[in-house]
Amino acid sequence: MTDIATNVPEAAADGQMASRSLWATALLRLRRNKAAMASLCLLVIFIFAGVFGPMLAPHHYAKVYPDFVKVPASLEAYPREDAIIPEIESVVTRARLDLGSVELDGSTLRVEANSSREIDPRVTRYFDRSDLFSNARVVEQSSNGRSIVLAADVERLHFIFGTDANGRDLLARILISVRISLMIGVLATGVALLIGVLYGATAGFLGGRIDNAMMRVVDILYALPFTFFAILLVVFFGRNIVLMFIAVGAVEWLDMARIVRGQTISLRRREFVQAAEALGVNSGGILRRHIIPNTLGPVIVYMTLLIPKVILLESFLSFLGLGVQEPLTSLGVLISEGARNMRGAAYMLLYPSLALTLLLFALNFLGDGLRDALDPKDR
Amino acid sequence: MLRYVLRRLLGAIPTLFLVITFAFFLMRVAPGGPFDRERALEAKVLENLNRVFHLDRPLWEQYFYYLGNLARGDLGPSFIYRDFSVQQLLGNGLPVSIQLGGMALLVALLVGSLLGCIAALRQNSWIDYGVTAVATFGITVPNFVVAPVLSLIFGVWLSMLPAGGWGGPSSMILPVITLALPQVAIVARLIRGSMIEALRSDHVRTARAYGLPMRMIVGVHSLRAACLPVVSYLGPAAAALLTGSVVVETIFGLPGIGRYFVQGALNRDYTLVMGTVIIIAVFVVIFNLIVDLLYAALDPRVRYD
Repeated sequence: MTDIATNVPEAAADGQMASRSLWATALLRLRRNKAAMASLCLLVIFIFAGVFGPMLAPHHYAKVYPDFVKVPASLEAYPREDAIIPEIESVVTRARLDLGSVELDGSTLRVEANSSREIDPRVTRYFDRSDLFSNARVVEQSSNGRSIVLAADVERLHFIFGTDANGRDLLARILISVRISLMIGVLATGVALLIGVLYGATAGFLGGRIDNAMMRVVDILYALPFTFFAILLVVFFGRNIVLMFIAVGAVEWLDMARIVRGQTISLRRREFVQAAEALGVNSGGILRRHIIPNTLGPVIVYMTLLIPKVILLESFLSFLGLGVQEPLTSLGVLISEGARNMRGAAYMLLYPSLALTLLLFALNFLGDGLRDALDPKDR
Repeated sequence: MLRYVLRRLLGAIPTLFLVITFAFFLMRVAPGGPFDRERALEAKVLENLNRVFHLDRPLWEQYFYYLGNLARGDLGPSFIYRDFSVQQLLGNGLPVSIQLGGMALLVALLVGSLLGCIAALRQNSWIDYGVTAVATFGITVPNFVVAPVLSLIFGVWLSMLPAGGWGGPSSMILPVITLALPQVAIVARLIRGSMIEALRSDHVRTARAYGLPMRMIVGVHSLRAACLPVVSYLGPAAAALLTGSVVVETIFGLPGIGRYFVQGALNRDYTLVMGTVIIIAVFVVIFNLIVDLLYAALDPRVRYD
């Protein structure tokens, strides 16, 4: 704390506005908070994963691979080598050939086979009939026609995080749910921010009976338990993702309105607001120019802490099956599916849980760091 | 004191009445009905069902009919669980939820205040940071992650405890841990904060100057003051804990009443929803009263006449 104080006069000596140094010192304090900076890095990774991940992922999140249901997480490609070899053996037997050597190079397969009679090049059809192989072709055939070298393509797929109970790639599904979570977090927080700041600033600025009436409305809404409210919305309008924004945004603006109102009431008595009033600035102008910008600090802090709350709420609703619907998915849905399939497919529970936990930790630590940085006395 | 309690209980009646009325009409205004199926029921069957459950009557008549039954202590039959009355469902589930919630509450209070006290006494030591880390973890990780992961580790991998189901004390351990974890975290944080403040207060400094043993100072003089924020937090939290958690009951397959509200609302099981709403409201009222009484007991400056 002490060495930061030395920076302040420098900034002031530059002839900069004093308000600038608040943000500069806040940034400095934030940079010194290791947990917050680590969280920031993690969050950036999450944002990249959410925005670009679904495009870069090797599989589409809704694509079903019926042959690979619940395959465990692994760096090796599917189908495994020890699944391919028996399949080749059975194909070669069906083609009435003797298997020579087999080479697997990436996604192409080289098979040498012999026979006591001349081999018809159409044996490739036996390979094409198998689900595993495609585009089988003759590479070379010996002059007497009794031994042949065939090549075929094997489609080899990577499922780094495994696949779910329907044979969809878990990595792609986690990436798309991170996108959904971040989107809901940002949008619903935006809704809460807009309503809360306007409502709170208006109530605090107008004061008196209007303020009283407006805050009683907030109190009444506050008394409604969130689950009750969300379920009511689902009961009335059915399940969809837009509803979630409304449900979460409509509940979370209440705190924001209270915070902004409190700030506004204290700001209202300050000299610069009185000066603006004396100069004849209308109420809307004072709100826009003086009140709202000055409430920004606590609002930003509250907002960063609101995002994880919103993400948590969304996951909770999705966990109950009230939120995002198939084929789209959300971390809550994935965790609930994982919990149902945890015997034998533990990775289905662990990866989404880990993703959600890390995301929440990062956001919470960053929020705490911002609060300490922007408002050191409020600890 | 007794007059105060009676007055509070009488004052709760209009509140409960409002809650009941609100919930009743809100549920009925919602589209859909309890007998909606994928395949529509035959018209005659539906008509008969509606008649049996009095759904063919005007809404206000149903409302007064429900209130009349309620006054006689009858919560009505469930619309979805055939042959069960709401009393039976809640009567079977409530003991389970209360046992789990009560244990969790106890654990939260004991472990939470212990951790909070230790952290406050060793402020800024590694113990303090450890407690803060545990508290952050408990608050951040949601219960629908904790529950299945615990069940996976201790139930499936280690086979030490049942992964789910109800029966015997061993089946309660994991659900209680899940329920208690966030509460432990919050209680520890609250106690730590208020304890640090209490240890700096004048009466504690005086007690120290008199040379009282640290045990006495912490246990008698500071803890009493440090408890106040915990008491006011635990009132509503206890009501929520004792009325069951839908997540914990779903994951561990427990027969509590937490599921009934969500299921009832989605199935339009009107009477079941009303029953759970009433139970929750009664618990909230009772625990708010208990909190206020405890406050008076802990803080001699608070008096009720």
